[in-house]
Amino acid sequence: MSRLAQCFAQLKQTSRKALIPYIMTADPEPTITLPLLHAMVEAGADIIELGAPFSDPMADGPTIQAAAERSLAHHTNLHDVFKVVAEFRQQNTTTPIIMMGYLNPIEVMGYENFARQAAASGIDGVITVDIPPVEASAYVAALKQFAIDPIFLLAPTSTVERIQHLHGMASGFVYYVSLKGVTGAANLDISSVEQKLHEIRQYIDLPIGVGFGISDAQSAAKVAACADAVVVGSVLVRKMAENNHHRPEDRTIIIKEISDILSTMRQSMDAVELLET
Amino acid sequence: MSLDFLPMPDEKGYFGEYGGQVIPPQLKQVMDDINDAYEKVSQTDEFIQELAALNADYAGRPSPIYFARRLSEKCGGAGIYFKREDLNHTGAHKINHCLGEALLARYMGKTKVLAETGAGQHGVALATACALVGIDCEIHMGEIDIQKEHPNVTKMKILGCKLVPVSRGTRTLKDAVDSAFEEYLNDPVNYFYAIGSVVGPHPFPKMVRDFQKVVGVEARQQFLDKKGRLPDIITACVGGGSNAIGLFTAFLQDENVKIVGVEPAGKGLDTDEHAATLTLGTKGSIHGFECYNLQDDQGNPLPVYSIASGLDYPGVGPQHCYLKDIQRVEYETADDKECLDAFMTLSRLEGIIPALESAHAIAYAMRTAATMNSDQSILVNLSGRGDKDVDFVAKRLAL
Repeated sequence: MSRLAQCFAQLKQTSRKALIPYIMTADPEPTITLPLLHAMVEAGADIIELGAPFSDPMADGPTIQAAAERSLAHHTNLHDVFKVVAEFRQQNTTTPIIMMGYLNPIEVMGYENFARQAAASGIDGVITVDIPPVEASAYVAALKQFAIDPIFLLAPTSTVERIQHLHGMASGFVYYVSLKGVTGAANLDISSVEQKLHEIRQYIDLPIGVGFGISDAQSAAKVAACADAVVVGSVLVRKMAENNHHRPEDRTIIIKEISDILSTMRQSMDAVELLET
Repeated sequence: MSLDFLPMPDEKGYFGEYGGQVIPPQLKQVMDDINDAYEKVSQTDEFIQELAALNADYAGRPSPIYFARRLSEKCGGAGIYFKREDLNHTGAHKINHCLGEALLARYMGKTKVLAETGAGQHGVALATACALVGIDCEIHMGEIDIQKEHPNVTKMKILGCKLVPVSRGTRTLKDAVDSAFEEYLNDPVNYFYAIGSVVGPHPFPKMVRDFQKVVGVEARQQFLDKKGRLPDIITACVGGGSNAIGLFTAFLQDENVKIVGVEPAGKGLDTDEHAATLTLGTKGSIHGFECYNLQDDQGNPLPVYSIASGLDYPGVGPQHCYLKDIQRVEYETADDKECLDAFMTLSRLEGIIPALESAHAIAYAMRTAATMNSDQSILVNLSGRGDKDVDFVAKRLAL
């Protein structure tokens, strides 16, 4: 059983929902990423989504775009992502890590070469936000060869055809992008999320993570009530921007602030689940 | 050799292995809706007639073919002919697809047309088309470009479009794309994104090509009428590739016509400062489609450069990539110096000030004509006029 499958199985036994924080590798600087990964697990993260920077991130709003720019300023590439995950795995062999990135760097490396190195570093799943359906079968085959879960995105505008298309390709979980727009915008329409999750569940028997638009403990709890996993990104990444003053204490401040946000979300999510059970 | 280009791209938007939709799922349905609407609307008599009437009475089509006698004599060899897209309303070929896109947006019931612009050429043409069609227009433009391209900024304002200054990142074209895109995604059902070239996800490379192909359709017939045969070579500059595809499409099946796209070699192909994507690029994806890319070994697009801001792009239209691979079109380059020389030579021998973009194709035609016989001919797409470039060139050459 993959780390992701195991993680969701255990959560199910305890009637808990997964909390998945997203951070960009080497944001705002490379030395923060490893201690931050460990700190997020401490603060209640079940799975971690780690961004690989790309210069033209079409699906991202200004917050994540700025994170990619800060990361790229340190010339961060896929090898740096592999390296920090391998370091994380020296101490933590249970928390699943998912890499989130764009197609071009992976395509340039070659699917199989990418999958081999990602698996060797200890990456459990990969989200390639802009993978076109035409490329998907070769990409999925390469990931599965190295036991990496291909995680796919679904949107409010995704058709039944698209949802069915993922059947047999997607594993680990599917990631529902709750807002129509780019990442990091406001307004979360919880009833339309519920409706769409119901539709997706008719076709796909995998846990569903919901992300984009979850900014505080209340929205995290609301989403946890209907989804299997809550993905939090922009609100964390904003802390990198706010505390990036090139001072030695920046790192400690960022780690503390992100841990605090996650702990509050964790408590709020668990409280809802206790009420329900 | 028998070539059939009519079915291209395939239904998924591929020209061979290029093009397609390298986009997040939030966008997939939106692009498919645009494609469906385009396929449906563009076939109706009403749309076809309205666009044809606008092309004729508003844009001034057909643009003439002009034999550049003095330029040809100076080069020696082949006769050089120009397809005068510079005489179109707004001064370039861009109006061809902007009229099509604005009209399509209105037929689809969209409330606002959005786009990015670098130097402001696409922005002005789109603002013009939107004013005419009667639909709101919003153009995103980097703050640095706004300072540089003041006349175009003023034109867009006069034409009534909303100009959104972009202050993030590099404050130039790339960030203007990101900013406009973000606004578009806020309401993709009611907004229409009008891309500025034969680039981006399917269906844009197809749609913009279809609106631009009128250039070659006219030119082919005009040349036959004038000379009783086809030109030996046709040529156009290539940045994203819209004016080149516009000219080339009608000639693709004429096996005896050599077709040449000209890319900007900038300060030299051995420097980092060029935008010769097809000449030196490798396969990758950018802005939603597969194409040749100027990129680093990690797959990040490289900063590119051209003296002509309209050619300054690290990717290139997918159909060009395919035409290069199957060797139907040859891609050559011209550097800044040749471009400026062509700019001045055409101005002083023919009284035509070309856009710096078009001057790349003229430079190629000048050097190639000299190697050909006097009974041969080269047809150049003079894709735009150089009004926008006069201050820059005067300063550069200390005139």
